[in-house]
Amino acid sequence: MMDASLLPPGRRWWLPQGPAVQRAFFGGWTVAVFAFLYLPIALLVVYSFNDSKLNLYWTGFTTKWYGMLFGNEVLLRAFQNSLIVATATTALSVVIGTSAAWLLYRYRFPAQQTLGLLIFIPMVMPEVLMGVSLLVLFVSLGIPLGYTTLIIAHTTFCFPFVLVGVQARLQGIDPSLEEAAMDLGATPLKAFWLVIIPYLLPAIVAGALMSFTLSFDEYIVTIFTSGADSQTLPLKVYGMVRVGLNPQLNALSTMFIAATAVLVIASQVFTRKKTV
Amino acid sequence: MAVTAAAAALAAGPSPQRRAGLGPWFAVTPMLGWLALFVIVPTLMLLVISFCERDGLGRIVYSFTFENYTRAFDWKWLKILGISVWYAFLTTAICLVLGYPVAYFIGRSSERVRGLLIMLVMIPFWTSFLIRTYAWISILSQDGLLNALLMTLKITSAPIGFMYTPFAVILGLVYNFLPFMILPIYTSVEKLDGSLIEAAYDLGARPARVFSKVVLPLTQPGMAAGILLVFVPAIAMFAITNLMGGGANPTIGEVIQNQFTKARNQPFGAALGVLLLAIFILSLWLSSKFRRSEQE
Repeated sequence: MMDASLLPPGRRWWLPQGPAVQRAFFGGWTVAVFAFLYLPIALLVVYSFNDSKLNLYWTGFTTKWYGMLFGNEVLLRAFQNSLIVATATTALSVVIGTSAAWLLYRYRFPAQQTLGLLIFIPMVMPEVLMGVSLLVLFVSLGIPLGYTTLIIAHTTFCFPFVLVGVQARLQGIDPSLEEAAMDLGATPLKAFWLVIIPYLLPAIVAGALMSFTLSFDEYIVTIFTSGADSQTLPLKVYGMVRVGLNPQLNALSTMFIAATAVLVIASQVFTRKKTV
Repeated sequence: MAVTAAAAALAAGPSPQRRAGLGPWFAVTPMLGWLALFVIVPTLMLLVISFCERDGLGRIVYSFTFENYTRAFDWKWLKILGISVWYAFLTTAICLVLGYPVAYFIGRSSERVRGLLIMLVMIPFWTSFLIRTYAWISILSQDGLLNALLMTLKITSAPIGFMYTPFAVILGLVYNFLPFMILPIYTSVEKLDGSLIEAAYDLGARPARVFSKVVLPLTQPGMAAGILLVFVPAIAMFAITNLMGGGANPTIGEVIQNQFTKARNQPFGAALGVLLLAIFILSLWLSSKFRRSEQE
C-alpha cells in the first residue's frame, strides 16, 4: 500500500505515473499510427484477390485480376519503359555520384562549400519546378522528348542521393588504406578501383537501390520530360487511378508493395551484415 | 587505451585532402557540367521566360515585360498559392504530432525492436505515392469500401462524398508524407544520450517535464529536418492534391502544370514557378538559420 503522505503535495497518487506510463502511451500511439499506415495497404492487397469487382463482400478467392494485368499490353509496355529509364538512371547516377563523392573527399577544390550546397538543391527542389525548367531547356535546345530527356531528368535528382550516401561512408574510411595500396605500387586510379570501391560497396548498393526506386516511381518530373512513346508506368497508373476503382490496379499495387517490401528487407539485411 | 588512440591519430596523419591537380579536375567535370547544365541553366531560363511574352500560338516572344508578375499577384492566384501553403502547413503540423511519438518510441526501443519498426516505416516510405493514394481512394470514393460499409450497417442510405474535399486532400498528403517526418526525428532520438534523461529523472523531474525540457530541445534538429522534408514538397505535390481534391480547387503545382500544358502560357507559368522558387529558397534559408543557431 502506497503512503500518500510521502509523495509531493498535489500529486495524485492514485494515477499511475512515471516513465513506464509515458512509454505505454508512446507505444499505444505508435501502434495506432502503424494501423493508419498499414490498414489501407492491407485492404488494397486483400481486395486484389476478391472475385467480384470492388465490393465490400468477399465473393471468393481469385487471381484473375493478376491474369488480366499480365495481358494488358499498354501496362506491360509502360513497365518496360520504366525499367529502361530506371536502369539507365541508376547506372549513370552510381558512376557520377560515386566518382564525385570520392574526388570531393580526396581533393581540395575551390568553392567546395558552394559545391556542397549545389548538390543539395536537386534533392530538395520541388519536382514541378525541376520538371518545368528542364522542359524549357529541352525545348529550346531542340532535344525531342523521349528516353534521353527522361534519363537526364531522372539522373539529375538521383545522383546526389548516391553522392551523399557515399560521402557519409567515406567519413569512416581509414586514410592509410589508400596510402598502403599506393606504397605497394598501385596508381591512384587502381587504388580507387581495387581498394576504395570495395570499401564503399554497401553505400553504392544502397544508393543504386534508392536511384532505381526514385526513378521508377517518379511522376511529376516525368510528366514534363517524357514523350508519347516513352510513357512510364506511373503515368499510366495515374491515368487509371483518375478513371476510378479497378481491381487490376489493386493487383498491380499488391505486386509493387511486395517488391518494395522485399527490397527494403533485403537492403536492411545487407547493411546489417556489412556493419557487423 | 590512450596510447592506441594516439597511435591511431598519428597513423591517420594530416587531413587526406590535397589540392586537386589536372586529373581530378578532369574527373569531376561531368558532375559539375551536369549540375550547371541541368540545374542552374534551366532555373535561369525559367527566370528569363517569366519576363517574356507569348504570341497567339503560345510561343515565347523574347521581349521584356512585368505583365506575368502583375497578373500573378492578382487575388485569384495569390489565393491559390495561399491555400497550397496552408495545406502544406496543416500537413506538416499533423505529421509532426502523429509522427513525433512514433519516432521517439522507436528510437528508445531495444536494438532488435528498433530494426523491425524502422523497416515497417521504410516500406510505406519507399512505396509509390500513387499506390498509397489509390489505397485511400478505394476506401473513400462513392463506391468505395467506407461508403459500402456505412450503407450495409444502415448508418447512411446514400453514399457520402468523402472525396474531393479539403479533408481528403489533407488526408492524402499526411498519409504520403508521414514517413518523411518520422525518419529524421528518429535519427535525432537515436543519438540522444539516455543518461541525460536518467539524470533528469534522478533530479526529480516528472515525465512531462523531462520531455519538454530535455527530449524536445535535443531532438530539434530532427524536427527541423522533418519539417523541411514535409513542408516544401507538400506545397507543390499536385499529383496527390489533384487526385484527392478532384481539380476543382487546384493547388499552385496544378496551376503551373496547366500553364505549361493545356493553357500554353509558359511565361505566366514560369512567373508562378519563380514565386514557388522564392518560397522554396526562403524555407531553405529559414531552416539553415534555425540549424545554425542550434549549433551555437
